[in-house]
Amino acid sequence: MVNVQGPWSPLIGRLSLGAIPDNPIIAGAFLFSAVLGVVILGYLTFGHKWGYLWREWLTTVDHKKIGVMYILIGLVMLFRGFIDAVMMRTQQVLADGPHSPGFLGAAHGYLLPYHFDQIYSAHGTIMILFAATPILVGLMNIIVPLQIGARDMAFPYLNALGLWLTAVGAALIMLSLFLGDFSHAGWVGLTPLTEMAYSPGVGVDYWIWAIQIASVGTTLGAANLIATIIKMRAPGMTWSRLPIFTWTSLSTNIIALTSFPVLGVALGLLGADRYFGTHFFTAGLGGNLMLYADLFWIWGHPEVYFVILPAFGMMSEIIPTFAEKPLFGYATMVAASFAIAGVSWSVWLHHFFTMGAGPSVNTFFSIATMIVGIPTGVKVFNWAFTVYHGRSRFETPMLWAVGALFMLLLGGLTGMMLAMPPINYSVHNSVFVVAHFHTMLMVVIYGIMGAVAYWFPKVFGFKLDEPLGKRFFWFFTAGTIMVFIPMYTSGFMGMTRRLDYIANPALLPFEIAEEIGIGLYVVSVYYFVRQLFVSVRDRASHRVGADAWGSARTLEWLTPSPVPFYNYAVTPRVHARDELVWRREQGLEAATAAHYEDILMPKNTPVPLVIGAFAMTLGFGLVWRIWWLTDASFLGIILTVIARSFVRDTDYVVRAGEVRKIEQGLRGNTPGTGGDGTQGGVGVWRPQESGS
Amino acid sequence: MATPSGGMDVAADGLWEAHYHHDAIATRTLGFWLYMLSDAMIFAGLFAAYGVLSHHYNAAGGPTLHTLVQPLSAYGETLAVFASVLAYGGAMVALKNHSRTGVLFGLGAAFILGAVFLGLELRDFAQLFQAGIYPQDSGYLSAFFALVMTHGLHMVFGLLWMAVLFVQVATQGFTDKTVYRLLNLKLFWHFQAILWVLIFTFVDMRGVL
Repeated sequence: MVNVQGPWSPLIGRLSLGAIPDNPIIAGAFLFSAVLGVVILGYLTFGHKWGYLWREWLTTVDHKKIGVMYILIGLVMLFRGFIDAVMMRTQQVLADGPHSPGFLGAAHGYLLPYHFDQIYSAHGTIMILFAATPILVGLMNIIVPLQIGARDMAFPYLNALGLWLTAVGAALIMLSLFLGDFSHAGWVGLTPLTEMAYSPGVGVDYWIWAIQIASVGTTLGAANLIATIIKMRAPGMTWSRLPIFTWTSLSTNIIALTSFPVLGVALGLLGADRYFGTHFFTAGLGGNLMLYADLFWIWGHPEVYFVILPAFGMMSEIIPTFAEKPLFGYATMVAASFAIAGVSWSVWLHHFFTMGAGPSVNTFFSIATMIVGIPTGVKVFNWAFTVYHGRSRFETPMLWAVGALFMLLLGGLTGMMLAMPPINYSVHNSVFVVAHFHTMLMVVIYGIMGAVAYWFPKVFGFKLDEPLGKRFFWFFTAGTIMVFIPMYTSGFMGMTRRLDYIANPALLPFEIAEEIGIGLYVVSVYYFVRQLFVSVRDRASHRVGADAWGSARTLEWLTPSPVPFYNYAVTPRVHARDELVWRREQGLEAATAAHYEDILMPKNTPVPLVIGAFAMTLGFGLVWRIWWLTDASFLGIILTVIARSFVRDTDYVVRAGEVRKIEQGLRGNTPGTGGDGTQGGVGVWRPQESGS
Repeated sequence: MATPSGGMDVAADGLWEAHYHHDAIATRTLGFWLYMLSDAMIFAGLFAAYGVLSHHYNAAGGPTLHTLVQPLSAYGETLAVFASVLAYGGAMVALKNHSRTGVLFGLGAAFILGAVFLGLELRDFAQLFQAGIYPQDSGYLSAFFALVMTHGLHMVFGLLWMAVLFVQVATQGFTDKTVYRLLNLKLFWHFQAILWVLIFTFVDMRGVL
């Protein structure tokens, strides 16, 4: 083992009182989290909700509830990453020019350089891996089994395990805020800066283990979703009838399954350097730091398409619904998704054109990168032709989908510019690049927000409030324009990224515009929270039937809203690509099965949660180098897995009579009637308490 | 059309498929193939790292491939791992004949031969450490040990799995769960043998030639 700087003891590793940061901003964040935590714990205790939480959520294997929990984790982390963004924007607007004021001990602005570095590292890591990824995985979890007519995922237990491992990663990052520090080396963690010699603290270790543990969860989830799509389709759901969102989920999970292990290798080898003292990426003794850059981006670029392909799928579901026309160019849409997934593997080097790979290598990766524009262009035209001569209704999901189209156009064109090495050399490491990839990630965020609004009624049985949703959209869009258009400009003017102090006062106007933009984002977040609050409060008047939008096309809208825990009382037979449209044309959209049958469903189990708890102590022990804790946790995981493999009775039967009762209760849940009353959401119907 | 009493006749319209079930064992096997694809990517990354770090300046003046490789020992390990896979194949034949004793005998033999492989490999490592060759000495040695030890670790987990499965087959017989686990472990064990062939080819053989 590598010797560490500072005190270390066998019992508590590197932990000491000095690990608690002495900073008023972090103290404020701690106070906020503590108050929130106490309120939640108090509600759970005095509202007698612990049993409900345990039975319905913590031990569940229901893909819809797991999806909802994924999205909740993602939204919490999205908020955290957003606060990071607000702090960075505020620092940059304050720290402009030599005469700018300093607060809280900083020479300029209010953040010390080391603190600022941790904030942008956390912002990047969180937004990609702990906000976008969990929300997308959550949406795929909820929607894919419904779209293909399945009762659950192929491996429900594995699904819960993936969720809890993701939660552990998120928890470790949040913990780093209050105990120790976080990585200061950017979200990519370039070597040799992340080596022990230059980053002797626990920050990089937090970064490594948070990502490593969560990415195991994502890999397991990817295998699960692929197996689900291949094996769990309802009869008649042929490949040529598969909804586009399911197609993009398939392509994106193939990316995840094959790329996340490479990230595991990159971080594992870096971990070996930091813990065992090996020399994979060190500056001396035969290490090769470019190897890290390559391994990281061999995962990193496919990961970018991993987050954008599901967003393309969401747009492909939303746009036909609100244009009231079938999607234009179904086959080309599928082909384009897989073309993008395939090319994603041969473009990673464009992240470091300037690192001296030579003209022939740069040319290859430049052309490969430009080729991505072809299938993406096909998709853009397909969406445009879908809207053409349609009867477009601009409800909230459609607004987000169309907004995503504009973001894609802007981000795609600037991406084409960056694909050319001559341009890339002049804007490399500038905020122009930052503005470009934020525009692309806005496609993901717009897709996600559209999808949440679109599928919310399917999961919870009532719509989100429309007027507030529109306000959320417009303020968010105004914020996007105000932040990122000035950022493109200042990038062209030569402003480099990751600056805690901006030497050139001429950039101040752009920083002020971006600060106004982030203020608009703050307003939009207010409307988002208010929208959730109002929608839940007034849910009785927002109730919907099976087809929440009246013009939905795919199979998931056949089930009652909210979806009962078994999804389909009887497995549907699929007759057309847009099954609901086909049934509507035949006058059969309200037809229900005459005979119900016994259903076999997986039992709830606390095992994934237990493994997650061990993974948490394992990660904590690794960060603080408490070896007895890591050994005990690892042993705990192995013994738990073995013990679970001896459990033979993992399923239970829902009787046909029970199914009939539930179905009749749900079908009465139509707009205006108030339905079965006040309980919203997934899992109102749970006929038995079960454990294993 | 739908009747007020709640629905139409299933057989008449074909909108629903009664008693529809998915093949659990086939789904499990596909899932395991997918897991192995991700595992293969881990080894792809490690092989790539080994390839990049096997330049002579990555050895930093320390030992290179030629001093590390013990071809005879590696040959013995190859025989052990192949014999273990063959024994596992015997267990699979016994599974087709529904012979529980046959499966247990095959599993036991595969376990012992796998343990022989690990014993030989550990002896190799011990000899290298005795000669003062450690992963911490150079980038090249780091990559060498990472690649070979990751494979060794996979073998350890394979043996653990085999031991647990031995107990389960002995106590529970052939249930859905034990059968798909036997099939998946077969895939895993063959996969580890193939990986050993790759290591033997790209590490040991290259050191000899």
